[in-house]
Formats: sequence, C-alpha cells, structure tokens
Amino acid sequence: MNAIRHTLTQLGNAVTRRLTRLGVASRFFIYLLWHSGTAFQRFRLTIREVYFAGVLSLIIILVSGLFVGMVLGLQGYDTLQRYGSSEALGVLVALSLVRELGPVVAGLLFASRAGSAITAEIGLMKATEQISAMEMMAVDPIARVVAPRFWAGVISMPLLAALFSAMGIFGGYLVGVQLIGVDPGAFWSQMQAAVDIRQDVMNGVIKSVVFGIAVTWIAVFEGYDAPPTAEGVSGATTRTVVTGSLAILALDFMLTALMFTGGNAK
Amino acid sequence: MLNPSPETDVVRIESLSFAYDTRPILHEVSLRIPRGKVVAIMGASGCGKTTLLRMIGGSIRPTAGVARVFGVDTTQLDTAGLYRMRRRMGMLFQFGALFTDMSVYDNVAFALREHTALPESAIRDLVLMKLDAVGLRGVAHAMPSSLSGGMARRVALARTVALDPALIMYDEPFAGLDPISLGVIARLIRRLNDALGATSIIVTHDVEESLQIVDYIYFVSGGRIIAEGTAEAVRASGVPYVRQFVRGETDGPVPFHYPAADYWSDLAVPKAA
Repeated sequence: MNAIRHTLTQLGNAVTRRLTRLGVASRFFIYLLWHSGTAFQRFRLTIREVYFAGVLSLIIILVSGLFVGMVLGLQGYDTLQRYGSSEALGVLVALSLVRELGPVVAGLLFASRAGSAITAEIGLMKATEQISAMEMMAVDPIARVVAPRFWAGVISMPLLAALFSAMGIFGGYLVGVQLIGVDPGAFWSQMQAAVDIRQDVMNGVIKSVVFGIAVTWIAVFEGYDAPPTAEGVSGATTRTVVTGSLAILALDFMLTALMFTGGNAK
Repeated sequence: MLNPSPETDVVRIESLSFAYDTRPILHEVSLRIPRGKVVAIMGASGCGKTTLLRMIGGSIRPTAGVARVFGVDTTQLDTAGLYRMRRRMGMLFQFGALFTDMSVYDNVAFALREHTALPESAIRDLVLMKLDAVGLRGVAHAMPSSLSGGMARRVALARTVALDPALIMYDEPFAGLDPISLGVIARLIRRLNDALGATSIIVTHDVEESLQIVDYIYFVSGGRIIAEGTAEAVRASGVPYVRQFVRGETDGPVPFHYPAADYWSDLAVPKAA
C-alpha cells in the first residue's frame, strides 16, 4: 500500500513540476513578446544574432540538404523505375523536401547547432553574472539579450529551411538527371506542375516558422532558467536539443494532420 | 563615529531579515551608510553580506524590514521603480562580469548608450576618460578575454562609474587579485569615491587592504551585525570574533573544526587503553 502511495506521490510531483515549468516558460514567453520593442527598434542587435544563429549554421544546413537530396534521388529513382514512372523523380524529391524534410531536418539541425549555442551563451552569461550586471545597470536583459536572439531564430529558421530544400532539389537533380540520366525536361516540368505554391510551399514555410518559434523559445528559456553552474549550463544545453527536437517532431505531426488531410486535402 | 544626522544617509536599513526557504540568512540587521563615506561590510564567506548588498540593490526582497536607498524604500518598488533607482547606482561584481561578447570600449560605453542620447563622439570621450581614470585607456579595443584578472576588474570599475553613480557597491572587489592589483583597486575605490562625490559600500573579507581605505566598518556574523566602528576601533576591538577575524587566527569563536560526531567513535581503530 505504502509503495503504491509513494509511486503515486512521485508521479504527481513529477507532473506538477513539469506543469509548473511549462507555466513559467509560458509567462517568460509572454514577457518576451511584450518586451520585444528593442529587438525591432534597434534592429542591428537582431541582425547580429541572425549572423550567429543563421549564417553560421549555413554550412551544416547546405551540406545536409545536398546529401539528403542526393539520397532521395537514388532511393526515389530505384522505387519509381519499378513502376515505369522515373520522370516523376522531380516531383517526389521536391514534395518530400518542401513539405516535410526541409522544415523538419533543418529544424532538427537548427536545434542542435544554433539552439544549443543560444542556451549555452545565455546560461554562461548568467553564470558569470553578466545578466545580473545588466539588471544592476537598469537594462532589462530579456529585452536586450533574449529578445534579439529569439527574433533572430524566428527569422533564420524559415530561410534555412528554404535553403535546405533548394540544396536538396539540386542534389536530387545532380543524382537523378546528371548521374542516372532521367530526362531533365520531365524532371523540372513535372515538378513545376505538381508543386503547389499555397498547398505545398506555403505550408512548408508555416511549418518552419512554427519550428523556429518553438526551438528558439526553448533555447532562450533553458538558457535563462539554467542554474548558474557548469553542470547547470550543460544540462540546459542538452535539454534544449532533446526538448527542441521532440517539439519539432510532435508539432510536425500535428501540423501535417491539419494541413494535408481532411478539408484541406486536394 | 558616523555622522549623527540621518538625513545625510544614502542607505538606511532597519530590522532587515531574510531567509532562503526556511534557512535564515539575515536576522534583524540595521545599518546606515552616510553620504560621501566608504563603508565596508565584513564577515566570513557565507555570513550573508553579499545578500545584504543585493537587497540594497533591490535584486532580492527581504522577508521583513525596510531598506531605504536615497530615501526610498526599495522593498516597495516595482521593476520600473527599481530600474529608475539603479540608474543612480553602480555595482562592481566579484569577477567583474564584463560582457564577453563586447570589447573593453563597448563594455564601458554600454550604460551610456542604453541610457543617454549622447552622440557617439561624446560617448567616445567619456569612455576614454573613464578608462584613463583606471589607467587602461591603452586596452580600449581589446576583448575582455585577453585581459588579466586585475585589468578586467579595473575595466569593470570603469564601466561601473560610467554614469557617475551616487552610490557604488563593490562585491568582493579584492577576491583573487595579486598584491599589486589589489593595492591598485583599493586606491581606485577611494579615489573614485572622493572624485565623484559618491558613497561606496564594500563587501569584503580582505581585512588589511580594506582597513586602509574605509571610513567605517560593519562586521556581520551569523546573519547579525556583531560589531561596528572605524578602522582604529576595529583594530583595537575586544570582541573575540573581530579579533580572530582581523588577526586571521585559526581558532576562536569560529572554530577550526566543523561540528561532528566524537572523533574516536568515527574511527574504526579502537582507542588504545
């Protein structure tokens, strides 16, 4: 009896702790949005962070996009040619990337490359009392440090996802057309005919914006909430990558269910 | 003695108590910091002196009592009120807390850029003047990571006084410095206080260096003020704790041994008859 009670108490505590943290994170998010004025009035601060979060993520995003596209070219051709429809390779590559792989894989890479860096930076600023120093100088660190990083992430993410998809399509073209010899005319024209701007491209963009908000919110919150010790910052960085990636996968399923089934289906 | 007129007090703390959860840190502390003076708050590590400093700065709220700074009770201020008050304060953190992503110049210019509409040419002159006052105009364009501990502390000091604060607070300004840097920082604290017409509070456990530059000292132990007085009075103090602290004796009211079970009963070896 006691064992059951103990287990239930522990379970209850764990749930309450997580819900409380979610509440704290939500209040932090609202405060952050409310104090975002500086990030736009002094846009130079945000641009600087776009460089760190976005531009410095370019290498990994572009190389990954290229390889994912090339693999899609190989795998897609292998399957499609069994049914004699290898000219549809362009459609397969483009739709897979624009609808799913672009936003999701770019989001996962963004969480581990830029998200972890944002958490570690803010966490270390806290551990070395830079955040306290700013507060003592009567400067709100959420407006001055957190908001520019958040908006930089939200701006960078859709751009990175778009570049990922573009590189992927180029990779698919390299393998499908240049290496295997699919007809280039069929590759491009079928892609143009089948990919819809609103249904496919816009939905992909919406996904990447949502992932950008989720990952960067998690990253800045984990950094700001990190215990000011080496252990605390490393734990927070890990949580950013794990929670950020899981959030992307869960949100992707929900968004896909809303976008590509039911009333919205073509 | 301190000036008896309370109107000249920049900081006035009355019956201030503070506890983390249920662990008491400060118990009914009262003290005064008069205008123009350099006052030290001394005590062993963990005695609650940094907590006291943070309460004066308004970053921690007391569980009971009043902390008046510039005549305003900080415990009643909202965030906007606190930020207004802090524009008249400067705080030097234990390890400087320089912004590592900015150059020395930008660190000192930070508060000027955030709080004033001065043109960049005026900011440049002010920054160079502050850096010159701490002797580091030559490293204006270096990054904080390339400075030694003593230099970083001096840059942080220049940043602290960038807006000519009326109250300057120092959290362990001497911690981890070599003797030369220590002497330089100590003399700078005194000189800047007098040149700016400011008031300074130093939280420290560095006895010798502090006694040479401060006007008055409060001793904190176990969350209470147990002694106070001028440097001479502290040196001649008969209070056992102050005597142990000033002379650096290993045993006294602060015992060498942390309370533990009986030594022999803790050891596995039986005591020889």
